[in-house]
Order: sequence, then C-alpha cells, then structure tokens
Amino acid sequence: MTERYVVAIDQGTTSTRCIVIDRRGQLVSLAQQEHKQHFPKPGWVEHDAAEIWRNVERLGPEALRRAGATIDQVAAIGIANQRETTILWDKKTGQPIGHAVVWQDTRTDTMVGRLDHLPGAEGVRHRSGLPLATYFSGPRVRWMLDHTPGLLERAERGEVLFGTMETWLIWKLTGGLHVTDVTNASRTLLLDIHTLDWSPASLEFFGIPRAMLPEVRPSIGVFGTATAAFPGVRIGAALGDQQAALFGQTCFAPGEAKCTYGTGSFLLLNTGSELVRSTHGLLSTVAYQIKGEPAAYALEGSIAITGSLVQWFRDQLELIASAPEIETLARTVSDNGGCYIVPAFSGLYAPHWRSEARGVIVGLTSYITKGHLARAVLEASAWQTREVVDAMNADSGLALKTLRVDGGMTADNLLMQYIADVLDVPVVRPLAAETVSLGAAYGAGLAVGYWPDLEGLRQNWHRAAQWMPTMDAERRDSEYANWKRAVSRTFDWIQG
Amino acid sequence: MPGTVQSIERAAAVLRLLAGGSGRLSLAEISRSLDLAKPTTHGILQTLRKVGFVEQDRVSGHYQLGAAMLRLGTGFLDVNELRSRSINWADPLAARSGEAVRIGTVLDGQVLVVHHVFRPDDTFQTLDVGSLLPIHATALGKALLAYRADGAAAPAALDRFTSRTAGTQRELTEALRAVREAGWSAEVEELHRGEASIAAPIRAYGGLVVGAIGISGHVERICDSHYRPRPALVANVRDAARAVSRDLGATFRGGAP
Ligand SMILES: Nc1ncnc2c1ncn2[C@@H]1O[C@H](COP(=O)(O)OP(=O)(O)OP(=O)(O)O)[C@@H](O)[C@H]1O
Ligand SMILES: [Mg+2]
Repeated sequence: MTERYVVAIDQGTTSTRCIVIDRRGQLVSLAQQEHKQHFPKPGWVEHDAAEIWRNVERLGPEALRRAGATIDQVAAIGIANQRETTILWDKKTGQPIGHAVVWQDTRTDTMVGRLDHLPGAEGVRHRSGLPLATYFSGPRVRWMLDHTPGLLERAERGEVLFGTMETWLIWKLTGGLHVTDVTNASRTLLLDIHTLDWSPASLEFFGIPRAMLPEVRPSIGVFGTATAAFPGVRIGAALGDQQAALFGQTCFAPGEAKCTYGTGSFLLLNTGSELVRSTHGLLSTVAYQIKGEPAAYALEGSIAITGSLVQWFRDQLELIASAPEIETLARTVSDNGGCYIVPAFSGLYAPHWRSEARGVIVGLTSYITKGHLARAVLEASAWQTREVVDAMNADSGLALKTLRVDGGMTADNLLMQYIADVLDVPVVRPLAAETVSLGAAYGAGLAVGYWPDLEGLRQNWHRAAQWMPTMDAERRDSEYANWKRAVSRTFDWIQG
Repeated sequence: MPGTVQSIERAAAVLRLLAGGSGRLSLAEISRSLDLAKPTTHGILQTLRKVGFVEQDRVSGHYQLGAAMLRLGTGFLDVNELRSRSINWADPLAARSGEAVRIGTVLDGQVLVVHHVFRPDDTFQTLDVGSLLPIHATALGKALLAYRADGAAAPAALDRFTSRTAGTQRELTEALRAVREAGWSAEVEELHRGEASIAAPIRAYGGLVVGAIGISGHVERICDSHYRPRPALVANVRDAARAVSRDLGATFRGGAP
C-alpha cells in the first residue's frame, strides 16, 4: 500500500495548521499560518473566509513538501475547525458575503436577550441542548440576514449559503458540496440533537430559511473527494475542534474527559449514546458520530478566555514579548500577591453564562508587580477549569480522577502544576500536543480503513507528562473562595 | 583574504543610527540618513527585526532598537519559549525511539532540563523539568559544550560518577572534538551505570546553538552489543533536532547538522 499518511486541517481561531500524521499517530510535518483578526467595533470579531481558504490551499501542499510526501501517499483528509463561526456566501460565485462572524463576537447580545424571553425559547433550548447565548451560530445568521439588504430574499431562493468553517472548507475543497457534520451542527441552536437534523421549529423561531443550510452528515465517513488543495484525496472526517481533541485523546468511552487549552479552554466529557442534560451550566453537545452508528454525546464546559488572556497580556499590555514568557515572568514571584484577574471579556461562559459580565482585576495594592499579574493570568485558567470540573462532577455524580489535557498552554509547567493543585487530581498530557489535528486524522483514517478500529487508536495513546497535586487543602479552599468573590465582581457590568 | 561584507556594515550603521537617535525612526528617515535605497534598508531592517535587534511599532511602523540588543550578553531564547517551540517535535522523538526525551540549556555551568517527555510505556515517571545535570557526563551537556552554547565552558573540576566519566580535561576535549565532527553526542554509563544517552544541538538563525535535545535509557536499548549508540536512534535524535532548529529559523547546508 502506498498510502502512508493522513492529513489533518486544523482551522483554528488564530491560525490554520496542516499536519501530516503517520500510522502511529505521530506528527511528520506541520505548516501553520495565522490569519488576520478584524475588530471593527468593541465586542465584534471577524475573519475573512477567503483569506482562510487561501491559507488552506497553500498550507496543504507545503505540509506535504515538508514531509517529503506526495499526494498519492495521502489516504484521507480530516478537518477540525473553530466552531460556531458563521459564514455566508454566494452560491453562484462562491464569494463570501461580508466577513465571517467569529464565535467570540457579541453583536447579537440584545437580540439574544430578547429572544430568550419568547415562549419558543424553551423548545429551542430543549432541542439543541444549549442555552440561548451569543456564542452560537443561529442568532448570527439571523443578524446577518437582518443587516444586509435583500439577503433574506436571496437566502429564501437558495442563492445564499450558510456554513460553519468546515462547511466552507469542504465546499471549497470539493467545488460545491454543501454539507456539515453533526458536531458542528450541534453548535448552531438550530439542530435537534435527538434526530440529528435541522429542527423546523427552531429554524422558524430564528426566521432562518432551510434553503441556506447544509446537509447534516455523520462526523466520520467519506464526505467527498477533494478537487482543490488535495486533488483526488477523500475527505474522511469533519469535527469541531474540541470534539476532535476529545477523539484525539481517544476518549471513546462514557466517563472519559479531556480539557484543551488554546484560545479558550473546553472540557468535554463523553456521555456515550445517552444525551445528558446539565443542571449546572454545562452544554449538551454531540461528541462524534461514525457513519452507520449512533452518535456519541458529550457534556461540555466552555471557557471563552484562557490562552487569549495571555495574548492580551502580550499584545495589549505589552508586558511580555511571547506567550511562553508569561511563565518566566510569573516565576519571578512566589504567589499572586492577593491579585486576581477574571477575564470576562465576552461575558462569562460555563458554568455562569453571564453575557453582561465584564472582566476585572481585583486585589490591587501598591505591592503588586507585573510578576503577580502574570501569576493571576495563569491562575485564571486554572480556576475557570475548577469551576467547570465542579459543574461536571455535580452533573455526572462522579468525581473526576485525572484530567487529560492538550493544547498550546500545556507547554506551561507552572500552569499545569497549578491546575493539578486547584483540582486536587493528577493532570496528564498525552504524547501528542496537537490533539485537535490528531482527532481529525483519526476520524479520516477510520473512515477510509487506514486504521481498523477505535481499539487500535487507543494503543497510540501514551502519557508524556504528569503533574501531581501538591497544594494543601486549606490554601486551595481560601484561594478558591477569593476567586469566587472576584467572579461575583464581574456580574451586571453591562446594563441595558 | 576574504573581503568585508557590505550588508553587515550597513546593518551596523542602521543599529548605530537607531542607538543614537531619540525615539523611533521611519523607514524613509533611515534610508535618507544612510543614503540607502528604500528596498535595501527595508531588507536590512526586517532581518534585524527577525533576530530581535530591531523592533517595529505596530501602529506607526517606525523602528527602534530591540530588547535583544540590550540583552546581548544573556541567553537569547527564553527557556519557556524553547519548550513551547520544541514540544511538537519532542513527542514524536519519544514515540519513535521509545525512550524518554529531554531538552537542555546551560545554567551556571550545568545542564538545565527545560523539557521532559516520559518514556512512552505508561509506567510511573516523574517530571524533572527544572533540575540540573552535570554538563560533562551527559549527552545533552556534551552537545552544549561542544558548540559553546550560551558560552558554556568545561568545569574546572570534573566530578567522576562512574569509571567511564571523562576524568581529565584532555579526555573531555577529545570527546567534544568527536561531537563536532559527528554532529551529535553520546554518553555511555558515564553518569549512571547501566544507562546511556544520545543528543544533538538545537540551532537557531545563523547556526547559533541554543539548546540540545536527546534521549536516555537503559544502555542495552540505547547501544548495540559493542556499547555503540544504535544508528537508528542517532538518526531519530538528529531528525528531531533538525526539525526544532528549522522552526527556530536555522538553515542547513546540504543536510549537514
Ligand atoms: N507557554 C505558554 N504559557 C501560557 N500560554 C501559552 C503558552 N504557549 C501558548 N500559550 C497560549 O496558548 C494559545 C495557543 O494554543 P494553541 O496553539 O493550542 O491554540 P490555537 O489552536 O491556536 O487556538 P485556536 O484553535 O483557537 O486558534 C495562545 O492563546 C497562547 O497565548
Ligand atoms: Mg486550536
């Protein structure tokens, strides 16, 4: 067999990566490119979908070149993508209509606030497994239809297409296939997560024409064959990036969980074929679906701002030159000096879901140095994790025993140790930092028979690092109490 | 007689100009002052920016001396950044070799472990990031010494850990020459009986050695029956070192290390 590799496209919030992976699930080569973040107004975040597609077109061949591989050696492509980011484009010309509206964007907050009180809202929540929040795609589509003259009519005539990022990329890769996968569809507020198809009632609630929506497919199963970027190669999988990371961590069984630390951080717990509803502020979402099998569901604790707080510290405060230097700076002091930062930049997500909250720095005294601030930045990621882990333990009735982690922030030893300390469980990093890509590759490889089964993939998982808790309970409890008080200071900031 | 390199002279002039001026200068001001064509000046400025000697204001696009220029004497790459930028390649090295991986830099004449990947057999192991290893009795240390990474110099007194530890300066000098010739380093039962290690230098732009990456484990696994490092493992280590180096901006002539 000449097919030696699987290629993953990880289309993230800040960058796009193309990764070549071998049969043992190891990285062979990587090509990465950041794309521009557009901030036209406070609270607005946009991407140029055309720029992102150009990056994919360039990075694919580049990754193959770096691997010394040819296209006929590629068994399949898998896609993992930033979720909820919303793109509209012209069906005929393939041109995006305006910029893509990114998941962090809060422009729909007044609309969502209004919709949340309508009688139909409860049904939407029940069918989708999600709270009504600016985070999800459905309200964005409505907003775009409302704010572009003539767009609604064109959408009704089927001339305008909607997609999340994987839909856009598959459409470009195949030259016109309009499909989504169940995990991405489950982030729109428009999917019925029991039937795994668009809910007519939810579409009506938001006033979104069915004609503009893609067809919903299983996450793992051949979508089609690429004609661009990787001509002739089958697209074997598409998953939201967080679900891809869950898959890459081989959390295939109910009860298995991981947390990915990137721009935001996302704790996902596999709940198997059973859809579990949270009573503690978590989301119910689709974990993955293999073609011909029932879907696996997950409970999710979404944290909007973790790595991006480090980036803010670097780019806006200019206190460090690169993200990893936060650890160097934090190690210049031995504790936070009484200072806490709650990064409610776009409100607070799980478990609070407070869109009117805004960030605070509390406990400032003349004693505080930039070292203490750096500590507080890192500790914010740890305490936010603690909050979603507490919610998950309460929902599942089980206590998490270890936390599997991945993502760029896992290179930060101080942070990983602090997470182990505040959770009081061991934190484990697997032997593959790019778990998002790995999950997409695993899915694609399974779909085309490159890997035979899930059990085989489990054999690839190994422990690369482990951090054991060392903090005494008293200190943990008093710090957590301080954190909670700091969080309460963020509430009700935006009034309206 | 090799001639002088004009672009380096010009770069030096740019640095002097920026050091002497007050505040930031625009591209036009710099090229006018030095009577250089704008594209030439721009190329020099961008190269200096890449190596950190010059910084460009994000809003105005104007230039000033970079922080790296003021810290020339201290380590050029933050150790936490070195870990972040090599983590992707340390994992496949552990997977392919089946051994534990460490990345080291120099601190106070010793090897500082900046990254550690467990041997991928899921046995209980503990992270030793932050610990110090003897520089003359580890493969990581020899790779750092051989290329004088961060000004590393052999310690005056060579502690002996086993009968195989390099005991004299002459022995060590000879070993380091061999490292430079081969492009990689090894240590066989020189620190602990029954253990061995292999390492290779991590290079940044211009070939600057900023660290070393290597594997260590039982001597029977690392070496063949003649106590020579297994060529396949040496190749794994060198490939990983090259991959990290490439990401740090190093370029290689014709496949040399
Ligand atoms: N050593 C470090 N310490 C703390 N934070 C770090 C460190 N290294 C990277 N980060 C942060 O991690 C994030 C990058 O992680 P990662 O590459 O997993 O994210 P990403 O995949 O680019 O995110 P997205 O998919 O949302 O674009 C950045 O926000 C950065 O600030
Ligand atoms: Mg990502």
